[in-house]
Amino acid sequence: MPVVDIKKYQVELNPTWCPGCGDYGLLRGLQTALAKLDIDPSRVVIVSGIGCSSNLPHFIKGYGYHSLHGRSLPTAQGIKMANPDLLVIAAGGDGDGYGIGVGHFVHACRRNLDITYVVMNNQIYGLTTGQTSPTSDFGSKTKSSPDGNYEFGLNPILVAIASGATFVARTFSGEPEHMSEIIAKAIQHRGFALVDDISPCVTYNKKNTYQWFKERIYKLEDVGHNPYDISQAMQRASEWEDKIPIGIFYINPDKPSHDQIDPVIRDGGVVNKPIELTEEQKKEILQAFL
Amino acid sequence: MEQGEVIIRVAGSAGDGVASVGDTLSKLASRSGLGVCAYNSYQSVIRGGFVWLQIRISNEKVYTHGDNPHILIPLNQAEYERHKDSVLPGGFIVYNEDKVKVTEKRSDVNYVGLSLRQLAPEQAKQPIMQNTLLVGSVVKITGLDRDLLEDVVRKSFGGKKGEEVAKANIDVINAGYNNTNITYDFGIRKQNKQYYVITGNYAIATGAVIGGCKFYSAYPMTPATSILHWFSANAKKYGIVVKQLEDEIAVINAAIGAGFAGARAMCATSGGGFSLMTEAIGSAGMTETPIVVVNSMRGGPSTGLPTKTEQGDLFQALGASQGEYPKAIIAPKDVVSCFYLAPEALNLAERYQMPVILLIDFLLSNGYYGVYTSELDPSKIKIERGEIITSVNGDGYHRYKDTPTGVSPRVLPGTPETYYVAATDEHDEKGILISDIFTDEVKRKKMMEKRMRKMEHVVKEFPLPTVEGDEKPDITLVGWGSTYGVIKETAQLLRKEKVKVNHIHVEYLYPVKKEISDILSKYKNVVIVENNYSSQYAKLLRMETGYHIDKSILKYDGEPFTPLYLLNEVKRYL
Repeated sequence: MPVVDIKKYQVELNPTWCPGCGDYGLLRGLQTALAKLDIDPSRVVIVSGIGCSSNLPHFIKGYGYHSLHGRSLPTAQGIKMANPDLLVIAAGGDGDGYGIGVGHFVHACRRNLDITYVVMNNQIYGLTTGQTSPTSDFGSKTKSSPDGNYEFGLNPILVAIASGATFVARTFSGEPEHMSEIIAKAIQHRGFALVDDISPCVTYNKKNTYQWFKERIYKLEDVGHNPYDISQAMQRASEWEDKIPIGIFYINPDKPSHDQIDPVIRDGGVVNKPIELTEEQKKEILQAFL
Repeated sequence: MEQGEVIIRVAGSAGDGVASVGDTLSKLASRSGLGVCAYNSYQSVIRGGFVWLQIRISNEKVYTHGDNPHILIPLNQAEYERHKDSVLPGGFIVYNEDKVKVTEKRSDVNYVGLSLRQLAPEQAKQPIMQNTLLVGSVVKITGLDRDLLEDVVRKSFGGKKGEEVAKANIDVINAGYNNTNITYDFGIRKQNKQYYVITGNYAIATGAVIGGCKFYSAYPMTPATSILHWFSANAKKYGIVVKQLEDEIAVINAAIGAGFAGARAMCATSGGGFSLMTEAIGSAGMTETPIVVVNSMRGGPSTGLPTKTEQGDLFQALGASQGEYPKAIIAPKDVVSCFYLAPEALNLAERYQMPVILLIDFLLSNGYYGVYTSELDPSKIKIERGEIITSVNGDGYHRYKDTPTGVSPRVLPGTPETYYVAATDEHDEKGILISDIFTDEVKRKKMMEKRMRKMEHVVKEFPLPTVEGDEKPDITLVGWGSTYGVIKETAQLLRKEKVKVNHIHVEYLYPVKKEISDILSKYKNVVIVENNYSSQYAKLLRMETGYHIDKSILKYDGEPFTPLYLLNEVKRYL
């Protein structure tokens, strides 16, 4: 494997994450993937919501938009629709993306715009000091579920496949090389790509620890999984607790991405085009009201 | 009856084709060089309910749909009963005898009953054809141009496929026309004037697009929806990204994303959707991203009166989002001003890198107004984008540089050799967060002052409202938004009664120009006119300037002011 120089994507600012946080792994995985693909940082826009993981744009070289809680996807889509030349990556956590932002998540999958969405899934609310998140396991004890979570965790992989995402994968912050390869593939995929990264919270999640995952994780490519088969994908996506698959669950190469369908976006978007209409166009617009 | 104009009211249920009658008559009038104004009062139902549309046709440009009608066209029995008493003495009721039974006749009204069953040719006996029949009759009564009417109908059913339908319609028009034996000279004469007939929503959409709007997102909500329809129909032609998104939160955040990327972005909604957008509007203030948000107000609170007019959202716009951030609120007074203020809002948003809110209301959004073609002049629309840097040299780019105006030159994402992060958390000049563990009071204060400084410069460039009318008035009427037309017309009626009156209409609502209070202080009898319960503009003015307008005429029943209603109310203060 060739040595990849990730300096191009490093900034001076140090992350504010707790030592051992899974988000460091994702940051490095993303930097490595971008460096592997040799993408100019000034073409990259990373859009996040709110939460520990959503601080990510500040720790990587490139343009960034650190938006509101749960709103990274609509913001990212607005950016991509306006300027499809940009490489747009949305980033955030499970509370941000699968809780407050789950409506946008479903519609982003359905819309299939060419965006990569990396979610640092730690199954807990970290920044607010450890409450249940939408992906917290049933029965897990947190500050807001002292008797154990009464709700069942949301399965983002299944939701994404069912909602029409055309690239759906899971990575693990404890498997950095595997992760950067998958992120690179997600970026290269033309369409909406979800990378759900298992990113353990070492401070608040005492159940889903690195060790817990290491005992359960296996790679989909090692078991001959066919990511082009949706029923196989959904079956693998349903596994949790005993055996946890990582890798690419599902790829749909046939569905066109939204930016290939919308005639204005397909045509190069609007940002790099002249802003003023022609005199004839201006006249024509008003003629309709005669 | 007033000479030189005719007011026609069409009343029916949703699905009866009330709007199409209005559409046909307004096109006929404007193509005859006549002034026209149409208001559609309807219920939030697809079929049924009570719908009435009033269209006023005049030799001159008109600003309101008037009061009671000269001609009533009831499309069913219930609407006949509801509206029959509104007809002015000497007026007409034109109806389809098959559907409407008239038992007791008013002695001061002319009744023109025509039977669709008997008069329509075989191929045109469908119930909807009664509208065409009755329009034919009205054209005969009023002396409007029948040939032009045929032309209008032919165009609306254009194309080869439509020819047969057009022919059937023209046969029915002629049946209505030829079987009407009574006419009245309203004094309407074809004029050598050229009008556009346009709604506030269309004026905003067209003005914005001529002004370089390249991204429009929306979720359907009355009364803003027709802006989305216009944009959707024209997206491809003029190269605009137009998106109907999953909710108003997505709408505003996507528009902000597009604004950040460098597209002139706008979105529109009504109060309920605006409520959902407010957090993001504040974030645009914080990230200094240009965005224009149109709030077309309807009766509130909550889902309120979905299809009725009100000016109740001024304070909502003012208080949109938590915290303090620079913003502007502008309320166009008529369709002409919609056409120019939408692009001006885009200019302000980009020049000051902040959210700009355009407030209109149901009446202005969906009312059809005739305006002289010379009044909508695209060459007067200038695109001003503010400072955008395309190349960066040397020691790092400071996106949020502290400047004398508070405006920091921006680079658009994709600009080589640099980068920055726009953050809704408080940040320093470079965009680096000072929240969480870096909290820094000095930097916070500096950035807050930098952003808010924009407001001093914004307010300086806002024009003062003009004073129309007498210099030494007995009464001064103050308004904002869609009440301009009715205040102007009421002033004319007052002058006929020898009352000296002037009126002032504020379009640039916020930040408040202090000089407005100086102007008002000169007059002794100042009355505020607002379509709301609590006189929000008067409160804002008092809050910002200390000047208090203690006399008010307020209306919050869902319907707009009409000239006679306002005249009557004004008399309380004379």
